[in-house]
Amino acid sequence: MNFSKSFRNTFLVILLSLIISACATKKTTTKIDGQMQSDVYTGTDTVKYLAEGVPDRVFFATNESILTTASRDTLRKQANWLRENSSINVVVEGHADERGTREYNLALGERRANAAKDYLITYGISADRISVISYGKERPVDSGSNPLSWSKNRRSVTVKAN
Amino acid sequence: MIRKFNLIILIILLSISKANSLIEIDITRGNLDPLPIAVSPLFQDDKSKKNSINELKIENIGSQISSVVENNLKTSGLFNPLSNEAFLQKPDIAHLKPRFEDWALIKAQALITGKVIIENKKLKVEFRLWDILAGREMMALAFTTVPSNWRRVGHIISDKVYERLTGEKGYFDTRIIYVSEEGPKIERVKKLAIMDQDGFNTKYLTLGNELVLTPRFNPTSQMVTYLSYFKNLPRVYLLDIETGTQEVVGDFPGMTFAPRFSPDGKKIIMSFAKDGNSDIYTMDLENRIVQRITNHPSIDTSPSYSPDSKYITFNSDRSGYQQIYVMRSDGSNVKRISFGNGLYGTPVWSPRGDLIAFTKLHRGKFYIGVMRTDGSGERLLTENYYQEAPSWSPNGRVLIFYRETKSNDKGEGFTAKLWSIDLTGYNERLVQTETDASDPSWSSLLSN
Repeated sequence: MNFSKSFRNTFLVILLSLIISACATKKTTTKIDGQMQSDVYTGTDTVKYLAEGVPDRVFFATNESILTTASRDTLRKQANWLRENSSINVVVEGHADERGTREYNLALGERRANAAKDYLITYGISADRISVISYGKERPVDSGSNPLSWSKNRRSVTVKAN
Repeated sequence: MIRKFNLIILIILLSISKANSLIEIDITRGNLDPLPIAVSPLFQDDKSKKNSINELKIENIGSQISSVVENNLKTSGLFNPLSNEAFLQKPDIAHLKPRFEDWALIKAQALITGKVIIENKKLKVEFRLWDILAGREMMALAFTTVPSNWRRVGHIISDKVYERLTGEKGYFDTRIIYVSEEGPKIERVKKLAIMDQDGFNTKYLTLGNELVLTPRFNPTSQMVTYLSYFKNLPRVYLLDIETGTQEVVGDFPGMTFAPRFSPDGKKIIMSFAKDGNSDIYTMDLENRIVQRITNHPSIDTSPSYSPDSKYITFNSDRSGYQQIYVMRSDGSNVKRISFGNGLYGTPVWSPRGDLIAFTKLHRGKFYIGVMRTDGSGERLLTENYYQEAPSWSPNGRVLIFYRETKSNDKGEGFTAKLWSIDLTGYNERLVQTETDASDPSWSSLLSN
């Protein structure tokens, strides 16, 4: 009886987690909306390329500086490219969307640029080849006032410095 | 949502035996019934009018000064300047001895009269403030200055009248430094600009070659601190408005930003970002000693001293989200004070010491509000699509801030403008600027 009770509980837990994950999946799916996943831009509208197949930018969720799986993938490509082109130095620009106070956004842009820089360093790129600059919300690429525009502006961009 | 107080104007009529303060305005409440005041044009004789044309290319400088006064009193929201056309008495005679019945007839409760003389390249002004109901003079003052200072004369008269009738210092003989903005959103050109509090005498202090942000006045001098991207290195700078000399503040190996002066004007407090983390530092402008105030892996920014310099309020996301904190000025005793729903930013301590003004973001709307320095008594003054960065008038009664409008998908329709609002939540006004504008900072009174 004890066994069957615990079995039933386990079953319930599994069932519940299935329902929850189904909900979660559904939520994400509805939010993909073509170019955004959760809050993060996944499109290629504004993206430029450092070299063929090496996107110059990664995107962030609102108020976040956490690198998504896609961002890490992009940054690994950048790291490979930097390794192959050892004479090139880069500036990583950090940006925020317009829906925040100016001073906090400057700090947030700095944090985002450094998240990208740190990832490049862990993939073997020397810190002295990478400088960072935060523009806060001062240099948007998309001038719309809507969630998609904002998601394109929450970014860090790796730019050749020489 | 926005709490507003009942509006009462208190006109206290003391018994005749008491000589002082017959009219009095309570400015701690909102005011829907502003005091009717007559500003009689300052009298100027024909000879002086000729000099006035020679000196200033303006014939009737007396009326011009009076309109500066009228406009100031009106925008304060506490006064209702009456139309000149209703005035029965000539300015020169009224200035000698008003016929109080005539002014009472047009419902004036106070009257300003005066006289200007321009001779030998000097502007001499005298004015009197009269209590119509009591039938007596409340104040008389005279001063001499250079003719080109005539607008300031209007502001000084306004401050004297405001102070005499409210019991508190005015804020009219002041200037606003701000960021002038032009061009499309994605390549906005920003310049430092300064103007009189009423929007006149705009001067541009930078050319727009580099991005400039967040200028703030020194409360004790004509110095300004601001963020400049000169040579693409975002650093805090110091600018002397009178001489135009600029210098970078300190020798930091990274971005410094969010600067403000200490109340004595001798230190700059700001954020310094190192390896992605922003902490608060001060630099003493005399001995150049740099002191670290916070040391935390979260973002610490937007610091502002209490007027007694004992405390600092600042913005931090150490709780996970942007909130407002207060600490001792040595960095000890950090306490979170904002606990309402939403995010809080840009705390700025009132010059009176009792309140902290802030920006709040909640459910996609931005608010300017005030709370006590322990976080209690939160009051939201205004709600809008986007607004932030309040700055206090030197008497702590008015806040100036900037507001942006939503743009369409093509980026059209975007504007940035300065607005002001009373501490009561009333009297919200657009502040005139020649261009789009943001990041306003209010100076101290230029004269005392």
